[in-house]
Amino acid sequence: MNLDFTPEEQAFRREVREFLAAELPDDIRERVRLGRRLSADDHLRWQNVLSRRGWLAAGWPCEHGGPGWGPVERHIFDEECAAAHAPTVVPFGVSMVAPVIMKFGSEAQQRHYLPRILANRDWWCQGYSEPGAGSDLASLRTRAVRDGDDYVVSGQKTWTTLGQHANMMFCLVRTDPEARKQAGISFLLIDMASPGISVRPIITLDGAHEVNEVFLDEVRVPVANRIGEEGQGWTCAKFLLTHERTGIAGLGHAKQALRHLKTLAGQIRHRGRPLLELPSFRQRVVRAELELMALEITHLRVLASARGGDAPGAESSLLKVRGSELRQELSELTRRALGPAALPFFPDFLYGDVELEPERAEQAAIGAQYLNRRKLSIYGGSNEIQKSIVAKTLLGM
Amino acid sequence: MDFSYSDEQRMLADTLERLVADSSAGSPTAPASLWRTFAELGLLQLPFAEELGGLDGDSIDVMIVMQALGRSLIRAPYLGGLLLPGTLLARLANSAQRERWLSPLLAGESRLALAWQETASRYDAQAIATRARRQADGWVLDGTKQVVLAAASADALVVTARLDDGSLAAFLVPSDSAGLVRRDYATLDDQTASDVQLDGVALPHDARLGGDASDALEATLAQGRAALCAEAVGAMQVACEQTLAYLKERQQFGAPLASFQVLQHRMVDMHLNLEQARSMAILAAASLEYPAEQRDYRISAAKAYCGEAARFVAEQAIQLHGAMGMTEECQVSRYARRLIMFDHHLGDVDHHLEIVSERLTAA
Repeated sequence: MNLDFTPEEQAFRREVREFLAAELPDDIRERVRLGRRLSADDHLRWQNVLSRRGWLAAGWPCEHGGPGWGPVERHIFDEECAAAHAPTVVPFGVSMVAPVIMKFGSEAQQRHYLPRILANRDWWCQGYSEPGAGSDLASLRTRAVRDGDDYVVSGQKTWTTLGQHANMMFCLVRTDPEARKQAGISFLLIDMASPGISVRPIITLDGAHEVNEVFLDEVRVPVANRIGEEGQGWTCAKFLLTHERTGIAGLGHAKQALRHLKTLAGQIRHRGRPLLELPSFRQRVVRAELELMALEITHLRVLASARGGDAPGAESSLLKVRGSELRQELSELTRRALGPAALPFFPDFLYGDVELEPERAEQAAIGAQYLNRRKLSIYGGSNEIQKSIVAKTLLGM
Repeated sequence: MDFSYSDEQRMLADTLERLVADSSAGSPTAPASLWRTFAELGLLQLPFAEELGGLDGDSIDVMIVMQALGRSLIRAPYLGGLLLPGTLLARLANSAQRERWLSPLLAGESRLALAWQETASRYDAQAIATRARRQADGWVLDGTKQVVLAAASADALVVTARLDDGSLAAFLVPSDSAGLVRRDYATLDDQTASDVQLDGVALPHDARLGGDASDALEATLAQGRAALCAEAVGAMQVACEQTLAYLKERQQFGAPLASFQVLQHRMVDMHLNLEQARSMAILAAASLEYPAEQRDYRISAAKAYCGEAARFVAEQAIQLHGAMGMTEECQVSRYARRLIMFDHHLGDVDHHLEIVSERLTAA
C-alpha cells in the first residue's frame, strides 16, 4: 500500500498541466473561471482540442481509441482540468452512451458511433426522465411501436441537459406495454433532426437554460438504432447509470471549489479581519477540508477496486452522495462568504456576452451557482435513491 | 498509488482474524497467555526495526493488527503496552537501555507503559507539570500522571518530565521505585489504566532516555493516533455488521426492520461513515513517514474525522438495536462503548480540529 504518486504519475500530471496551459483557449478558461455559461461553440472548440490530443475519451480503453488510462491517471486528469478552469467534457457521448455501445452494441454500431464520438462529431443528449418518471425511471411511458424496419416513437422526455445543442439522443422507450415494467423497455439512438421532435427550454431557478423538454410525436427510428435486444433497455440503463455516478463525485471540482473558497474567505473582511478567521466560518471550512481528504482516498479506493474497465458497483452511489453533499456545502460557504455581494444578479453577463466591471465579474456567478448546485443531489438518481441502491445491493437489505 | 496488501500482509490479516475469532469467546481482559501468543506470532516484534530485534513491519502492518484487535472483544494492550512505550524507547534509548528494556519487551518477557498525560495538560503532551531535577547521583522526579494505559502490568514506566532548562525528557522508572504510587482502575472501554503519583522518585543517571524527547514523543503519539484510527475502524465495522444483522432478523409490524426505508438510509449513513473513516485511517498510516508538520496535519485530520465517525456509528448502533442496544448483554454495546471512548485517547475531535484549523493553509 502506498498513497504517494509514482514518478510516472507525477510526470503525467506535469504533462497534463503543460497541455492545459498551452492549449486551453484563454477566453474559455476565463468564462469557466468566472462561472459563465459556455456557448455550444465554446464546448466544441475545447473538445476538438482534446480530441486532437487523444484525450477526449479519457475513460476509454485503447482498443476503442481511448488513452487507456488507469484510475489514477483519470483522477489526475480530472483534477488538473478543474484546477485549470477547463470546461467539463459534455459527458453524454463519451462517458455515457459510449460505454453502453461498447458493451451492448453490435459491431456495426460500434464502428459507426464510437469513431464519431472520439472525433467530437456528435453532440449526444440523454432521453431518460419523463414528467411521470423521475426517481421511478422504470415507469416511463414513451412508446415505441414496431412498424416494418422502424419504431414509431411518441412521448415526452424532460430534464434533457444541453439538449438544445444535441444532434443525437439516447433514449429509453417502452416497446412492450404488456411486460413487467423493467422488462418492456428498450434503448434507442435517435437523430434529433428526425421529423416529429421538438425541444423546449426549461429555465431553472438560477435563471439558466441548461435543461429542456423533448417532445416526440410519431418519430420514426430505424430498428438498427436499437442497442441490445428489444426489452434489454433496462440493463443498458442501469449499466449507464453506474458510469454516470462515478464521475459525479466531482472531486476535481470540489478541490477547486475549496481552493476558491479559502482564497475568497482570506480576502473578504469581516469586522476588520479576514472572514476565514471567524471561528464559526473557519470551523465549517476545516470540516469541508477533512471531508474532501477522506473522499479523495475513498474515491481512489473505489477506482482501484474497479480496475480492468468494469464499472464500479454500488460504491459509486456512496461517492455520489458524499461528493454532492460536499460540493453543495462548499457552494453554500462561498455564497455566504460574499455577504451582501451575493445578491446582485446579472443574467446577461452569466448567460450571455454582456461584460461587467472586473471586480463585479469576479463574484457575479456565486449566488446563482449555489442555486445551480442544488441539482447535484437530484440528478443521476437522487441521493435518496442512491442510499436505497446501497441498502439493497451492498447491504442486502 | 496502490491500495492493495502485499501477500505477507494478507497472511498477517488472516492469522489475526483467526486469532481474534478464537479468543473472542472468552473474557474481555486479555490473559497473560494471549501476550505470549502475540510474542510467538511475532506481533510484538512487528513494529520495530530489524536492528532492534524487530521484524521491520511498516505502518500498514500495524494498521492491520490494530484493525483486527478493534474487531475483537479481547483487549490486548498492544497500543498502551507495546506501541507507545516501545516506539518511544526505540527512538531515544542507547544500546545499553535497549538491551535492558526493549529486547525483553519485544520478547514478551517484560512489560512497559508510557506515562505522558496529566490532568492539567489534558491532551497536550508538552504542557506538563512533572519535573525532573538533576542530583549528584542521578535524577529526582515529582509529578502526577493520568490514565496511564497498561501501567498495572508494567515492570517499568516511561515517564515524561520537564527539566530545569525547560526541555522535555523521558525516563525509565521501574514500577517498584520508592515514591511511586499507582491507583489502578478499569476504563469504560474495557482496558486497565492507572493514575501514577511520583513523589521524589530517585533514579540513576542512566534512567534518562536520550536527549530532548519532544520530537520523539510527538512522533510516537502520531503513531499511536494512527493505530487508534485503525482500531476504531475495526470496531466500527463490527458495529455496522451487527446492526445490519439485527435489522435483517428483528421483526416488527410483521416485517423485518431492514425493510423500512428510514432504517435502510440510516444504515447506509453508518456504512458511509465507516468507509470514509477507513480512508482516513489509511491516510494516517501512510503519513507517518512524512515530515512532522505534514504528518501531524494529516494525523489530526484523521483522528478528528474518525472520532466523529466513531461516535455516529456507535450512537446509531445503539439506536437501531432499540432497547437491546442499551444492555450489557448485547455485544454491540461493548463496541459502542469503545467507539465513544476512542475520542478520549490521544486527543479528541475538538483538540485535533483545532490543530487542523491552526495549520489550515489559505489555498
